[in-house]
Amino acid sequence: MAIISSAYAAEAEQEAPETHESVGAPGGEAHHEGGFPPFQTENFAPQLVWLVLIFGFLYLLMSRIALPRVGGIIENRDAKIAADLDASREMQAKAQAAAAANDENLRLRREEAQTIGRDAQQKIANETAAQRTRAESEASEKIRAAEARIAEAKSAALANVEGIALDAAASIVEKLTGAPADRAKLAAQYKAVN
Amino acid sequence: MSAEAPNPIEQFELHRYFPHQIAGVETSFTNASLYMLLAAVGVVLLMVVATSRKAIVPGRFQALAEMLYEFVANTVRQTAGKEGMKFFPFVFSLFSFILISNLIGLIPYTYSVTSQIVVTAAFAVLVILLVTAYGFYRNGFGFLKLFVPHGVPLPVLVILVPIEIISFLSRPVSLSIRLFANILAGHVTLAVFGGFVVLLLAAGGVYQALAPIPLLAIIALYALELLVAFLQAFVFSVLTCVYLNDAIHPGH
Repeated sequence: MAIISSAYAAEAEQEAPETHESVGAPGGEAHHEGGFPPFQTENFAPQLVWLVLIFGFLYLLMSRIALPRVGGIIENRDAKIAADLDASREMQAKAQAAAAANDENLRLRREEAQTIGRDAQQKIANETAAQRTRAESEASEKIRAAEARIAEAKSAALANVEGIALDAAASIVEKLTGAPADRAKLAAQYKAVN
Repeated sequence: MSAEAPNPIEQFELHRYFPHQIAGVETSFTNASLYMLLAAVGVVLLMVVATSRKAIVPGRFQALAEMLYEFVANTVRQTAGKEGMKFFPFVFSLFSFILISNLIGLIPYTYSVTSQIVVTAAFAVLVILLVTAYGFYRNGFGFLKLFVPHGVPLPVLVILVPIEIISFLSRPVSLSIRLFANILAGHVTLAVFGGFVVLLLAAGGVYQALAPIPLLAIIALYALELLVAFLQAFVFSVLTCVYLNDAIHPGH
C-alpha cells in the first residue's frame, strides 16, 4: 500500500477534492482516492501484469484445448449427421429396391398361380369331357343293345301273336263251320290283312 | 457506505489484497486481478469444462459454448475472410474475456475489469501491434499500400495519405476508449441513479414517495447495460477482425 508516493497522493487529493466524501470507504483505502481511479497511473502496473498473465493463459487454453475441442465436436456432429443421412438414404434405396423386387415376385407368382389354375381347369374340363363322351358312348351302346333286344322280343312276340291269331281264327272257323279250318289259307289271309 | 454519501466513482477503485513487487514493478493481487481471474475462469468453465463430454447431442452449457464458438467463428469468417480464421483463437479469447468481464461487472458489488482504461488500452495496443506485425510479415512493405487508396490522383494523395495514417494511428485510441467509456459511463449512471434512491429515501417526507422513480430508471438502464456489455464486446472483436482484414488485404 505504500507504493504510491505520498507526494503524488497529496497532489491527487488536491486535484480532486470532490472525492473526499469517500474517505470512509471500506478497507481503509483512504489514501487511494486521489483523482479518478481509472486514470491513476500507479494502478496501471499491477493490472497490466495480471492481465497479461491471465489473458495469456486464457489464450493458451482456448487455442490449445477449448477451440479445437469445440470445433471437433461440431465437425464430428456434422460428419455424423451426414453419415447418418447417407446411411438412411441408402437404406431407403434398398427398401425401395426390395419393395420393387417383392412386387415383381408377387406379380410372377400371381401369373404362375393363374397359369396353374387355368391348366388345372383345362385338365379337369378335358377329363370331364372325355369321361362324358365315354359314358355317353357306353350308354348309347347299351341303348342300342337294349333296342335290339326289344326289337327281337317284339318280333318274337309278334310271331307268337300270329300263331295265336291263326289258332283263334282256326278255332273260330271250326266253331262256325264245323269243319276243320284250312291253316294255310288262314295264314295267307292273315298275311293279306297285315 | 453512509446514506448521505453515495459515491459513484468508488466502484472503480483498485483494492490491493496482496501488495507485492517484483524488480520494481508492482504485481499486487488486486480486485482487478481477482475479477480478471473470475472472467477467465468463467470462460474456461464454459469452453473447457462444459465441453469435456464432447457429446454429439449437447447439454445446455455445451450448446452455449458451441453457440459462442459459431458466433465468433462466423464473425471472423465474414469480416476477415478465410485467412482471418488464423486469428480466430485470439479474437475468440478477446471476445469471450471482454463479454464475461462485462457481464460479471453488471452484478452488484462486483468490479468491472473493462472499466479501466489501462485494460482496454492494453487490448487495443495488442490488436494494433498484431495487425501491424502481421501486415508487414504477410505483405512486406506492400502493407503500406493501406495508406495509399487505390486509383486516387496524386494531388489528392498528398492530403489523403496523412489522413489515412492519422486514422490508422487513432484506431487503438478509439478502440480502447469506446469500450472503457461505455462500461464506465454505464456503471457511473447506474451508481448515480442508485444514489438518487438513497438520497430520496434519506430526505424523508414527500421525497421518499419519489424514490421508486430512479429505481425504475435503474431497471431500464440495467437492461440497456446488458445490451451494451454484449455489444461492446462484439464491436471490439468485429473491429479487431476489420483491422486484421486490412493486414491481410492492405490494397483496399
